[in-house]
Amino acid sequence: MRLEIDDKRMELTMGMLLRFGVVMASTLVLAGVFFFLLDHARQPVNYRNFVPHPLSIEHRQQLLSGISHGDAAAIIQVGILFLIATPVARVVFAVMAFLLERDWLYTAISLAVLGVLLFSLTHPS
Amino acid sequence: MTVLVFTLLVFAGSAVAGLLGALTGLGGGVVLVPLLTLAFHVDLRYAIGASLISVIATSSGAAAAYVREGYSSVRIGMFLEVATTIGAIVGAFFAARVPTRALAVLFGIVLIYSSWLSWKSRGRRDEMTIIADPLSDRLRLSGNYPGPGGQLISYKVANIPQGFSTMFGAGILSGMLGIGSGAVKVLAMDQIMKIPFKVSTTTSNFMIGVTAAASAGIYLSRGYIDPGLAAPVMLGVLVGSLTGARLLARSPVAILRYIFIVVILVLGVEMIVNGWLGRL
Repeated sequence: MRLEIDDKRMELTMGMLLRFGVVMASTLVLAGVFFFLLDHARQPVNYRNFVPHPLSIEHRQQLLSGISHGDAAAIIQVGILFLIATPVARVVFAVMAFLLERDWLYTAISLAVLGVLLFSLTHPS
Repeated sequence: MTVLVFTLLVFAGSAVAGLLGALTGLGGGVVLVPLLTLAFHVDLRYAIGASLISVIATSSGAAAAYVREGYSSVRIGMFLEVATTIGAIVGAFFAARVPTRALAVLFGIVLIYSSWLSWKSRGRRDEMTIIADPLSDRLRLSGNYPGPGGQLISYKVANIPQGFSTMFGAGILSGMLGIGSGAVKVLAMDQIMKIPFKVSTTTSNFMIGVTAAASAGIYLSRGYIDPGLAAPVMLGVLVGSLTGARLLARSPVAILRYIFIVVILVLGVEMIVNGWLGRL
């Protein structure tokens, strides 16, 4: 059986994919905020001074242990990573859809966009 | 201010920014960053980090609704994303090396320019005759969209190299300032490449999320994205922009647009003055 796909159907599926990603990410972030407020509600706030707390793919170990300890910031960060992964997933889907359409030009163009995205996510700074 | 009050106020402010951004089509980022820095005294780097996250959320959240209308072009979007994503990496690279004061001034200039663009484009009509770029068919960018009577109206794309380079610039701005730079993207497609307005705006929405994702990795590793700030901003802008998209049909869009033009003009001047004086 051949999978039938055209641009219209591709875009509809992309729309659903993106919505799913956003719903998942927001749910995680909302849960994270809730726990964050439970812990920190009465503390004074200060974002006036910039104190970098870097996070990247290499910190996944640290994130996982944070979640297992119920660390609210780690839950929010996973939600944010999920959100960032959502448009990337759209491009991955486009690569597959153009392959099914046998549109080699656009398979290559989508792969180029995916390459740039993956490069930026794995080679930060 | 305690964390609880701050979180609630930032959530409310972000919701208003998202609402206005959706109603006027300029996106929430352009009012969000000045709001966070000028009113909440947040460091500019945290503000653009949080804004970038909200940009990805709104672009992705609105996509499903836009797709259903059938205007957006996945090919034009994907082709131009090559330029915007590379631009975004370059922009994020600069953002980490340019002094905050200079970033604030640049942000102000972009605000004033967006304000001027919106002023100029009010009540505009579609082009009559365009000279299609020979690459339009070769790159399969020509397409069609549903007209008012349901019939398909076909279009071709003009000035592809110029549009592509403008998109590279839009990517740089997005990566430097954490905004979607939707105004520049629409400018490139609608004014330069002569793509129909509705196709331009809906395709721009798709591109914004991918462009922002390209600089997000760099922002994360630089510590620009603070969870305590990014979370209420992301949720607020998302709620605001989705509400805005629903209200769009029943709103006095023309009046809102005038108000918004004035607001971003004032914010632009404020950003330049405060950036210049080093108060941010």
